[in-house]
Amino acid sequence: MPPDAAARPVDFRAGGFEPRPGRTAPWIAAAAILGAWQIASAAGLLPDLFMPSPEAVITALGRMWASGELTLHLIASVQRIAIGFAIGAAAGLAVGFAMGIVSLARAVGLPIVSALFPIPKIALLPLLILWLGIGEPSKVATIALGVFFPTALATKTAVDGVPRNLIRMAQSFGMPAFAIVLKIVAPGAMPGILGGFRIAASIALILVTAAEMIGAEHGVGALVLGAGNLMQTDKLIAGVVLLSIMGLLVAAGIGALEKWLLRWR
Amino acid sequence: MELRAEGIGHRYGALDVLDGIDLSVREGEILAVIGPSGCGKSTLLGILGGLIRPTAGRAAIVGDAPQGCLNALTYVFQDFALLPWRSVAGNVGLALEHHPLSRGERHRRIADALALTGLADFADAYPKQLSGGMRQRVGIARAIVVRPAVLLMDEPLSALDAQTRELLQEELLAIWARERTTTVYVTHNLMEALRLADRIAVLSRRPGRLKDLIEVPVPREMRGEPGHAAALTALHDRLWQSIRPEAAAADREIVDAA
Repeated sequence: MPPDAAARPVDFRAGGFEPRPGRTAPWIAAAAILGAWQIASAAGLLPDLFMPSPEAVITALGRMWASGELTLHLIASVQRIAIGFAIGAAAGLAVGFAMGIVSLARAVGLPIVSALFPIPKIALLPLLILWLGIGEPSKVATIALGVFFPTALATKTAVDGVPRNLIRMAQSFGMPAFAIVLKIVAPGAMPGILGGFRIAASIALILVTAAEMIGAEHGVGALVLGAGNLMQTDKLIAGVVLLSIMGLLVAAGIGALEKWLLRWR
Repeated sequence: MELRAEGIGHRYGALDVLDGIDLSVREGEILAVIGPSGCGKSTLLGILGGLIRPTAGRAAIVGDAPQGCLNALTYVFQDFALLPWRSVAGNVGLALEHHPLSRGERHRRIADALALTGLADFADAYPKQLSGGMRQRVGIARAIVVRPAVLLMDEPLSALDAQTRELLQEELLAIWARERTTTVYVTHNLMEALRLADRIAVLSRRPGRLKDLIEVPVPREMRGEPGHAAALTALHDRLWQSIRPEAAAADREIVDAA
């Protein structure tokens, strides 16, 4: 159809509201911030004692790596997180599934779990130290408790969210209850459970840092606190950078797990 | 196997859904159940298959299941009820996994069911990759893989578009003709009932009571012939006249099932 001279085009009105992650923008932004920080330090605008330059932080990291100090702190923290997370997640999964499936477990467990969930678990560390001593068990128990509650609640909610029609379908084929839990409920709840793991992992990182600040010789939390006490701010910020890297690695690990377990999505 | 509804009634709290349904589904027939929306058709099917406990009466079976039957009363669901994390073959095989079958027998059954439903080339596909029609073919394959004695079909085609529905009606009849499995077919579509069923049970509006039980007078294979069109149209009109006031009343009802 030939264009009509009197016709006006219809304006497009549906733009925006579709944010997309960029590929290069994040790197450019990070480089710009680090660059500005380095320039400000070099120009003497930032006093070294309160805000050491990125270069000084990297040098501190290199020094700690060469001396083996970094490995010592990292291994201590990762070990505590790994053991605490494994215990807390296993218990959380068991209790979450029970509350999601069994009426009695829900009636008894849900009010208790909901009441204890909001308590900042670090407040229990002194009590746990009294019970378990100042060594590893009290720190691991704090992390396990911190992981347990969000895992249990996320698992229960995820089990609730599994479509009932899938369960009825399995029952209509005479599938035994245990097989239904294994083949229908568990995979159906997996997205929600992994979401719970994400929250639990960040709580574990907070708790390990706090617990190590209260009473530990080694660990990234102890490193940060010790450096602060000695006004070694380059080491202090190096410790914070380590915590950030650990957080990113844990998130990436859970992301990879999601990608693999939820590849059907 | 014959399936019987003996005085079945059902209430959801204060809501009376079904009342005194007496019905026998004869061996090898397709019985369509129609009625206005909310009349309890799906509830009746749920009770017949043991998925809903009736508040009155009972569902009962007479006779033995055929050889090789692993699940006598088997459903095909309106919403397909497929596991999104399993492939087509995985969904069909699910129905066999808790039975002590040899690996060969399991594979043979799955391959047969997939071939019969035209899914042989889609065994490794996931539900989200399939059209609605293909998804329901998976639902049908999963039902026939256990060689059921009775197929309970709950509006199996109502979520599909009109053309896919036509295709699947043909395929359903071809599959049925092979084993002549006793079938209860719940639908709100009169044309579908007239095309597929030997007999049509008409339920009244809530509480659903058996209002009519009509034998379709034209043999199934001759229903497409022009010579029988008048008889089928007359039956369609009769059914519609029977349902119309009920459907109109049901449409204006305020539903408060909570």
